[in-house]
Amino acid sequence: MMTTAKLRKRVVDVSLNVLTLVLALGWASIIIWGVVVSFRPETEPLGRGDVWFGHTVTFANYLKAWSLAPFGVYYRNTIIIVGMILFAQVITITLAGFAFAHYRFRGKKWLFFFILLQLMIPAAALLVPNFSTIRKLGLFDTTLAVALPYFGSAFGTFLMRQAFLEVPRDLVDAGIMDGCSWWQLLWHVYLPPAMPTLVAFALSSISWHWNEFLWPLVVTLTERSRPLTIGLVRFTQLGEIGARWPLLAAATITVIAPLFLLFLVFQKQFIRSFLHSGLK
Amino acid sequence: MSIASKSISPASRKAPPWLPYLLISPTLVIVLVFTAWPTVQAIYTSFFRQYLNIAKFRTPTFVGLENYKTLLTSPDFHEVLRNTAIYVIGTVPTSIVLAFLFALLVNRAVKGIGLARLAFFYPTILPMVSAATIWMFFFTPDYGLFNTALQALGYHGPQNWLGNPHLALLAVMIVAVWKNAGYLMIFYLAGLQNLPTDVFEAAAIDGASWWTQLWKITFPLLRRTTLFVSTIAIIDAFQVVDHIFVLTQGGPSQSSTVLLYYLWQVRFEDQNVGLASAITVVLIVIMLSITVTNFVLSEREGA
Repeated sequence: MMTTAKLRKRVVDVSLNVLTLVLALGWASIIIWGVVVSFRPETEPLGRGDVWFGHTVTFANYLKAWSLAPFGVYYRNTIIIVGMILFAQVITITLAGFAFAHYRFRGKKWLFFFILLQLMIPAAALLVPNFSTIRKLGLFDTTLAVALPYFGSAFGTFLMRQAFLEVPRDLVDAGIMDGCSWWQLLWHVYLPPAMPTLVAFALSSISWHWNEFLWPLVVTLTERSRPLTIGLVRFTQLGEIGARWPLLAAATITVIAPLFLLFLVFQKQFIRSFLHSGLK
Repeated sequence: MSIASKSISPASRKAPPWLPYLLISPTLVIVLVFTAWPTVQAIYTSFFRQYLNIAKFRTPTFVGLENYKTLLTSPDFHEVLRNTAIYVIGTVPTSIVLAFLFALLVNRAVKGIGLARLAFFYPTILPMVSAATIWMFFFTPDYGLFNTALQALGYHGPQNWLGNPHLALLAVMIVAVWKNAGYLMIFYLAGLQNLPTDVFEAAAIDGASWWTQLWKITFPLLRRTTLFVSTIAIIDAFQVVDHIFVLTQGGPSQSSTVLLYYLWQVRFEDQNVGLASAITVVLIVIMLSITVTNFVLSEREGA
């Protein structure tokens, strides 16, 4: 009796393990294939199996890809865009979250609801009118144009407000007793316990904007503002690329690498940050 | 009122009355300029005819509801709506079921399970365009791995998925499911780890099978998670079209064009500002109904 139950459990466990392994390999095959092909010589045929069992490892594809498109410039632009957004967001969401958590003021509820509008109408839907706003502001084809609409974040404001509301009242009152000004209160009392929330938001902001495509596609025109994602798609459409997969793979890995390595190192923090920021 | 005013902290009394407004003003300005104003602007321009690539139609002319009439009668737009419906109905439930399955699989204490969790989750942090670039190879006729795998499973249909009007949309949907399932998984995983263990112990003592426990306890307890996950999955399905730019450009002959991609085409290829604004309004209405429905439902479920 006992042994049958045990045996059954063992069979179930093993089949679940096999299922997990098959699915995980299937899911991972995309990145594994990309990495492997990017290091394989272009001259070796890409027929079934050959890719996996060849011996030669080469950086030639990376050098060639970098010589065909200005990936260095794309890197610079992406880093500027992501950096600007992060810098602006950290300030705006901290200040707004603090105001909504700490003060009472006329129209507070309605203003908060107004800000939440950003969560209800995702930016992607507003591509067309926002494009004409950027043109009118004279920002077309600049890195600032890509970044500007994200300088304020409803979700970030919401998250910071939640985090600030959890700071014990006694701590705040003690700070006030000590004669703290509003920014001392924010800096010394509210912000330290809210740091994990801010970091979580920052990580998801970085990866969201590193990966963005449609908005930069619309507001950029030349190499002076194009980020990596746009650069990659233009690269795939270059006449001389065609179906040269090792080159394409090298370009793709170039775009993926920094964020992916960052993710591998800070896996736990990344997953937690994505959990926090369900509605980017 | 008097009770409420008593609980105001000393700081709020000391602060100058304009300070909170100053603190929220940067965020307010961004929402005003890039969310509220464009919404109004889209509604307004949707009543005008304006083509930027035709000289005599370059200045906007008021045409009332003509753009909306054009949408209602356009076979192109009908096909786009059909494709969008197929895309959303096809990808959202599939991603959610896979996400739940993945969460169950990786929530077991087995050696190396962290690697499986990594394998399911990593597509989340890849740019959709880079993932799609690699997928392009998988879909290649003759030597693409996707076809090789399908053949091993006994499939002998057409090989050129991206160039086949019957398969292009499906190909685009497969990439979306592959990208999203692992992201949605983490919400289920968090949900599973927060479940009360005593309920399961009681059920086990009562002799409930693993399957019964799953359907009668786990799934109902995760209802709020499912509601939340559904909302993000649906919104994502409407707002992510990056992979279409790489894989099919909406083709062949419109067969993989969905709403947002169509919006881009009408505005930036056809240069038809009026029609693009009307499509924007349609998209806003859809997005608002999804997010508002979610708010109402989650309110009803209780905090």
